[in-house]
Amino acid sequence: MKQLLILSGKGGTGKTTIASAFIKLSKAKAYADCDVDAPNLHLITKQNAKPKKTDYYGLPKAEINSKLCIKCDQCRQNCRFDAVLADEKYTVDSFACEGCGVCEIVCPIGAITLKVAVAGELMLYESEEEVFSTAQLKMGSGTSGMLVTEVKKQMKSAADGVEFAIIDGSPGIGCPVIASLSGVDMVLIVAEPSVSGISDMERIINTAAKFGIKAAICINKFDTNIQNTNKIENFCKEHGLAFMGRIPFDSYAVAAINNGKTIVDIDCASGEAVKAVYNKTINYLFERETEK
Amino acid sequence: MRIAVLSGKGGTGKTLVSVNLAAVAKSSTYIDCDVEEPNGHLFFKPKEIVEEEISVKIPKVDEGLCNGCRKCVDFCKFNALAYIKDKLIVFEDICHFCGGCILLCPQKALAEKEKVIGKVRTGTSDGVSVYTGILNTGEPSGVPIIKKLLDGNKTKTNKMTFIDCPPGSACIVMESIKDADYCVLVAEPTLFGVHNLNMVYELAKLFNKPFGVVLNKCIGGQNPSEEFCIEKNIKILGRIPFDSEFGTLNSNAEIAVRESEKYQRMFSSLLETVKKEVHHETTSNP
Repeated sequence: MKQLLILSGKGGTGKTTIASAFIKLSKAKAYADCDVDAPNLHLITKQNAKPKKTDYYGLPKAEINSKLCIKCDQCRQNCRFDAVLADEKYTVDSFACEGCGVCEIVCPIGAITLKVAVAGELMLYESEEEVFSTAQLKMGSGTSGMLVTEVKKQMKSAADGVEFAIIDGSPGIGCPVIASLSGVDMVLIVAEPSVSGISDMERIINTAAKFGIKAAICINKFDTNIQNTNKIENFCKEHGLAFMGRIPFDSYAVAAINNGKTIVDIDCASGEAVKAVYNKTINYLFERETEK
Repeated sequence: MRIAVLSGKGGTGKTLVSVNLAAVAKSSTYIDCDVEEPNGHLFFKPKEIVEEEISVKIPKVDEGLCNGCRKCVDFCKFNALAYIKDKLIVFEDICHFCGGCILLCPQKALAEKEKVIGKVRTGTSDGVSVYTGILNTGEPSGVPIIKKLLDGNKTKTNKMTFIDCPPGSACIVMESIKDADYCVLVAEPTLFGVHNLNMVYELAKLFNKPFGVVLNKCIGGQNPSEEFCIEKNIKILGRIPFDSEFGTLNSNAEIAVRESEKYQRMFSSLLETVKKEVHHETTSNP
């Protein structure tokens, strides 16, 4: 399965808008939303069937049995995450606890146990035509990287034999992004022509390069700052990065999204531009593969 | 007074709101907790820069002492240790630096080693103290950098402190809002915007933080985020209109309140509203 991942570094540049258009244009048989702490792709890829839901267990959380606890303070002193609270009773701050188990091994009287905890929910939409894998991290949970890995695993096993998949990623460069990069064939970076956008784009390019994933760039809302758009294109030329095209700012795009439609479902300038970006991206993804 | 600015969705204007509020507040503190993609410093262009490297303590193996008992491998919940071909290997990138393996090793074959994951950069910009956390690319977690940023600024002063949070609602956001007195949620008028606003709204409630909403990119017409606020009876702190002059200033990383009277007035009034709300919350729910 060839996997195309869409990332941006900076948030709000248009990852989901472009991913949903690509899904429509390619009639994708498999796709996934890896932005598990703020998933949005399901809002726009209309699903008829009800999803199959599975609880996601992250790492366990420590629990202190206060009847046994002798307040020796070992657990608090050894916890690197400041998760043990020592008031009248010793308790664990479950938001801070990473489930490492150090408190359990240092407790001299076995008053601490690790309890499994639901950290989110995986959802799988399956129909004759397509497979859509997504998830929602439980509010305030950690381990989003592990859930991202589960979302991709779920998509792959449900869409066995499918040739091509599109994955919508999350902003940033940290653990969920790194987890989403693993095993993909190419990443399309959606850049925005602002000083912030350029800085963030450079950081996500470096991150993709560290993990050896080939990257290509497109610019969304390019006409909101032509100078910065030119800077991005020059940057791509200087660094030998493949450039996939420009998409204009388009108030019709906002209207389409607010009506639950992709930008290629309506007749609009951004929709036309995204078609060109899509064709170029697909060629780049498959061309390079044949060269190998 | 510590005010956290968050949004769930990326690109709604967290940095825009926190930078401009800190700039109109004058002698204030701005802390950029979006350590994966820090942008506030691009606006403030702080001077008198001081940098401090942030490191975590990860295990280091003394092969001469390791006897291959694998107690550490079995213990590690993050699968950051493996014993392969008579050799103990540490996967530094997935280590959560809990220190358990070092405590556990009967042979004392594991010791601590410092690993730099990023830095905190401090500077000033026209009376505003600017703190920026920067995570090195390829590093999975910026939480230790955020801890450092916020712990270093814990002293209670009357100085207003604005915390620019990362997007999302995961561990890194929780760490950023933990000690805040008030949360400003920034929302944009789209279907995605309202869906993610709902998430940070739940997060703020979960952490028992008082909060209000700033509606950004208001273009007139339908605003799903505004409808959400009205329905849930959430305080709307202010509305920032979508205009191209403002957009250009922002995309060029200029601080709007320092460039124009108009935006100076807009953000002063927003700041007053926020102050009033914080004051109201702290007196009615101390």
